[in-house]
Amino acid sequence: MAAEEGKIDPMHQFEVQTIFDGFNLGGHQIAFTNSALWMLVTLGALWLFMLGGMKRQLVPTRWQAAVEGVTGFISNMMHTNIGPEGRKFTPYVFSVFMFILAANLLGMLPLGVVGIHPFTVTSHITITGVLAIVSFAIVLVVGFLRHGFHFFSLFVPHGAPWWMLPILVPVEFVSFMVRPFSLGLRLFVAMTAGHILLKVLAGFVINGMNADAAWVAPIVSVPSFILMVGISALELLVAVIQAYVFALLTSLYLNDAVNLH
Amino acid sequence: MPQIAQISETFASQLFWLVIAFGLIYVVIGRGMLPKIEATVEQRDRRIAEDLAAAERARAEADAREEAYRAQVEANRAEALKVTQAAKDAAARATEQRVKAADADIGRRVDAAEADIRAASAAALADIQDVAAEAAQEMVAKLAGASVPRERAAQAVRAALANG
Repeated sequence: MAAEEGKIDPMHQFEVQTIFDGFNLGGHQIAFTNSALWMLVTLGALWLFMLGGMKRQLVPTRWQAAVEGVTGFISNMMHTNIGPEGRKFTPYVFSVFMFILAANLLGMLPLGVVGIHPFTVTSHITITGVLAIVSFAIVLVVGFLRHGFHFFSLFVPHGAPWWMLPILVPVEFVSFMVRPFSLGLRLFVAMTAGHILLKVLAGFVINGMNADAAWVAPIVSVPSFILMVGISALELLVAVIQAYVFALLTSLYLNDAVNLH
Repeated sequence: MPQIAQISETFASQLFWLVIAFGLIYVVIGRGMLPKIEATVEQRDRRIAEDLAAAERARAEADAREEAYRAQVEANRAEALKVTQAAKDAAARATEQRVKAADADIGRRVDAAEADIRAASAAALADIQDVAAEAAQEMVAKLAGASVPRERAAQAVRAALANG
């Protein structure tokens, strides 16, 4: 964690480190990195979790009930936000939700204690940006396939007087185009900020303990540590909320594309 | 901020592994496992709904049967009442008829007896007239020595009887 002796860099945790060099694809080096490793860990964790729900018993076991609870949560969200047609998009929204949720939670694991430093996949704008662009692209494709150029009527609010349209349409257009950025940035920023805050506080704890003056440790380290406990709980909440927000907004945007207004 | 500082060197690798990891999640979990789990939940919901409907149907059937039973009991009671009433009426009618017949019989016998009595008293009256006429003939013959014809004597007797 510490880049140099006595200097703790809170940004170090976000560095992508090459585990092995991989191969070259179209001029780009495709290395297997810690980011890739944690994406695969996320995949494995999700697969194991879902496997417990595949018993398909009439009376569910605890694990099966947990899996069915999560799938039912997303299915219900899709149904309430989009309607019966939302079923088609449930696999995508469920995948996004579970991927973000698992990546967020895995990034919070205190495995640094045993020397394995978790990498939060979702703290990278590359990842969240791609997910946001995929969601936005699905919205655009579905919208234009279903409604053709009529999809542009999305920018015309209901019941607005005609002379307001020159102002409203650009505003609606900008708010529509901003969606992928807000979607990707929100998750990236929330994850990054939380992890930086935790690392800064952890730095306070360590530096306080290492300080020459004996009074520094109880005054600085102990409150920082207590604060860390609270913030860790908060970060777990944020991890779930951000995954939910991403899935919810994706479903709301899909609703625009499927049902227009 | 490594996310931005490293972006040009790492985006290709991150994109590649994201496509693999997320693609597998979408295909295997989203398209493969999720529909099966949803189908299980739906099947269970349908099963519960069907069981509830079956229970509801059974309850309705039981209600209908009880209703039918009640109606049957009611009908049976009414039928029994009717039969009893009919029997009572029939008995009453039969009794009345027999009483009437007996009445008529008695009336006829009384009439016959009265007729007999009337005939007997008329016969007796006629006998009395005959005897009185004969006695009057003999009395006239003995007292006056005159012979009176039988018709006159009978006439005189009838006149005397009529006067009382």
